[in-house]
Amino acid sequence: MNMKTVKVGIIGTGNIGTDLLMKILRSDVLTCGMFSGQNPESVGIRKAQSLGVPTSFESIHAFEADPDCAEIVFDATSAEVHRRHAPILEKMGKFVIDMTPSRIGKMCVPSLNLDECLREPNISMITCGGQAMTPLAYAIMKVHPDTPYIEIVGSIASRSAGVGTRNNIDEYTQATRDAIVHFSGVPRAKAIIVLNPAEPPILMHNTMYAEIPHPDMQAITREVASVVERMRTYAPGYNLQLEPTYENGRVMIMNTVVGRGDFLPPYAGNLDIINCAAIAAAEAYARKKVL
Amino acid sequence: MKPTISIIDSTLRDGSHALRHQLSADAITAYCKRAETARVPILMVGHGNGLGASSLQLGKALLSDREMMIAARAGLRSTKLGAFLLPGYGTIQDDVEPVLDLGVQVLMVASHCTEANITRQHIEYAVGKGVVTYGVLMMIHRVSSEELLVQARMMQSYGASAIILMDSAGALLPHEVAVRVRALTQGLTIDVGFHAHNNLGMAIANSVAAVEAGAKIIDGTTRGLGAGAGNCQLEVIVAVLQKMGYRTDLDFYPLMDAGDFVTANIMTKPQEIGSIELMSGLAGVFSGFAPHVRKAAAQFNVDPRDIFMELGKRNVVAGQEDMIIDVAAELAKRSA
Repeated sequence: MNMKTVKVGIIGTGNIGTDLLMKILRSDVLTCGMFSGQNPESVGIRKAQSLGVPTSFESIHAFEADPDCAEIVFDATSAEVHRRHAPILEKMGKFVIDMTPSRIGKMCVPSLNLDECLREPNISMITCGGQAMTPLAYAIMKVHPDTPYIEIVGSIASRSAGVGTRNNIDEYTQATRDAIVHFSGVPRAKAIIVLNPAEPPILMHNTMYAEIPHPDMQAITREVASVVERMRTYAPGYNLQLEPTYENGRVMIMNTVVGRGDFLPPYAGNLDIINCAAIAAAEAYARKKVL
Repeated sequence: MKPTISIIDSTLRDGSHALRHQLSADAITAYCKRAETARVPILMVGHGNGLGASSLQLGKALLSDREMMIAARAGLRSTKLGAFLLPGYGTIQDDVEPVLDLGVQVLMVASHCTEANITRQHIEYAVGKGVVTYGVLMMIHRVSSEELLVQARMMQSYGASAIILMDSAGALLPHEVAVRVRALTQGLTIDVGFHAHNNLGMAIANSVAAVEAGAKIIDGTTRGLGAGAGNCQLEVIVAVLQKMGYRTDLDFYPLMDAGDFVTANIMTKPQEIGSIELMSGLAGVFSGFAPHVRKAAAQFNVDPRDIFMELGKRNVVAGQEDMIIDVAAELAKRSA
C-alpha cells in the first residue's frame, strides 16, 4: 500500500473511541496519529498501545503539544467536555467530528448531507437513533411531502447505553427528534428511546411511524430499499426488519442494526452506526485532501 | 399501633389504558371532585404511560397533557395533583416543565426495574423545583430483591422521597412481593410503596402483603380500572386495610361513590381477567400490551396468547409495543 493517508486523532478512549480506532486501522485513507484519553485504567489505551498506536493520557493537551499528529480529530468525550474542546480545536484548524450530543457543529448524516459537511470546521454525528432513522424519514417525505407527523421508537440493549446516554437521556431524545425534523422537513416529530435489559442483549431495533392517509406503498417501499442500500455502503449491518406496512392511517417501517463487532459486540448496532457514519465522514474528508 | 397507609389514586392515569387514553375533560374534572370529597391525598392524571407518551407507538390520547392537567386542576383543592414520567418518552423541557406551571405537585419518575440511572436528571430537576418526587421501578418481577434495592438506592440518592414498586405485569405472588418490599424498607431511609396489577387475581392480596412487609404507600384505582386485568381496587383495599387495623384517612363512602361514578360514567367495558390478561400475567409481560396484542393478532391472524408467550421469552419492557407487530409477523410466517 503506497496510497497517501490522512492522520486522525481520537480524544476519549472509552467504548466509542476504541471502536473508532479499530475502524480507522482498517481504513485505506486514514491513519491514527494519536489516541488520547485521561484514564490510565482504560482498556482502550492498552489495546491501542499493543497495536503500536501513539497514545497519551493528556487528553486534548496531546494535540496542543503536537499539533501535527492529526488533521482530523474525533471527540468521543462528553457534551460538556466537547464544549471546552471545540474552540481549541477550531483555532488549531482541525476538522472536528463530534461524537457527543453537544450540538455545536453542523448535524451530519453521511447518506444525506456529506458533501456540505466537509466544508465545516466541526460536524455533529447527532445520536445513534438520528443516524439510523433520519434517512428513512427523509425517504418518506420525498414520497409524501405533506406528511404531518413522524415518530421513531428506538430500542437498544441496556448494556449498550453508557453513562453518558443515561445521564443525558433528555438531550438524546430531543436531539434525535430535532434531527428528524431538520433533515426530513416534517412539521412535527417525536422520538422515543427504550432501554431493554434482556439477556442475551437485543439488537438495536427501530420503528418509524408516519401519518399518511393514502400512502403510495410501492413508492415508499422503493425509496426505503434505496435508503437501506445507501446506508449499507458505510453501515453494513443496517437491515430492514419489516417491509413498510400500512395500517389505519399510518405507515410503519422497522429496522435493526447489527454492529460490525470491531471493539463493541454486534448487538451494539447503535454505537456501531454512529461510528460508521463518523468514519464515512472522515474518509470522505481525507479523500478530498489526498486527491 | 399500626401505621397510616398513604393512598395514591391512579384511576385517571393507569385507568387511561383501559379507555385507550380517551378520557374526556368533563370526566376528569368530575372524577377529581369525587376524589377530593373522598380526601384522596394524591391523584395521578394523564396518559397511561405518562407525560409525553401520547404517540402512535403507545396510543394517541384524546387530550393533550396540558388539557388533562387543566381539567384536573379545576376539580381539585387539597388533593395533590400528580403526573407520571418515563424518561425516554417525555423530557423535562417539552413535557415536565409545562405541567409544573399548571399546578402539578407530585411527580413520579419511572424506569424499568434495572434502569434507575436514567431517572437522575428528572428526579433532581423535580426535587429542585420543590415537587414531591417519587421514584418508580416497574416490572419488578424480573429481578431479585437484591438487585431491586441497588436500583432503588440510586433513586434515593437522586433525592426521591419514596420508591414505588410496580408489579406491571401482575406476575407476582404475595410472598414474592413481601420479599421485595422488605428488602427496600430495610435498606432505604425513605418510604416504600406498591402498585399492583390483577392479572393473576392477586392485586389485593399482593397489596396487603406489601403493607405487612412495611410499605407505607399503596397505589391503586377505583373499580380497579387500569391496564390489562386492572389494578388494585382502591375501595376494596381501603376496606381491607381498615379491617386489619391500618388507617388510611380516606372518607370511605365518597370513595365508594367515586368507584360508582367510574362504573357509570368512565368504564367502557368490565374490568375483567380475560384469557389474554391471564396469559400476560403468566408470561410476565406488561399489562398495557393487551389491546395492541389483540389488534396484531387479528391483523396477522395468529393466537394472541402465543404472542404473549413469545413476548415473555423476549423479555420485552414497557414501551416496546412495536415488538408486538414484529412477533405477530414472525409467528404468522412460522405457521405459514
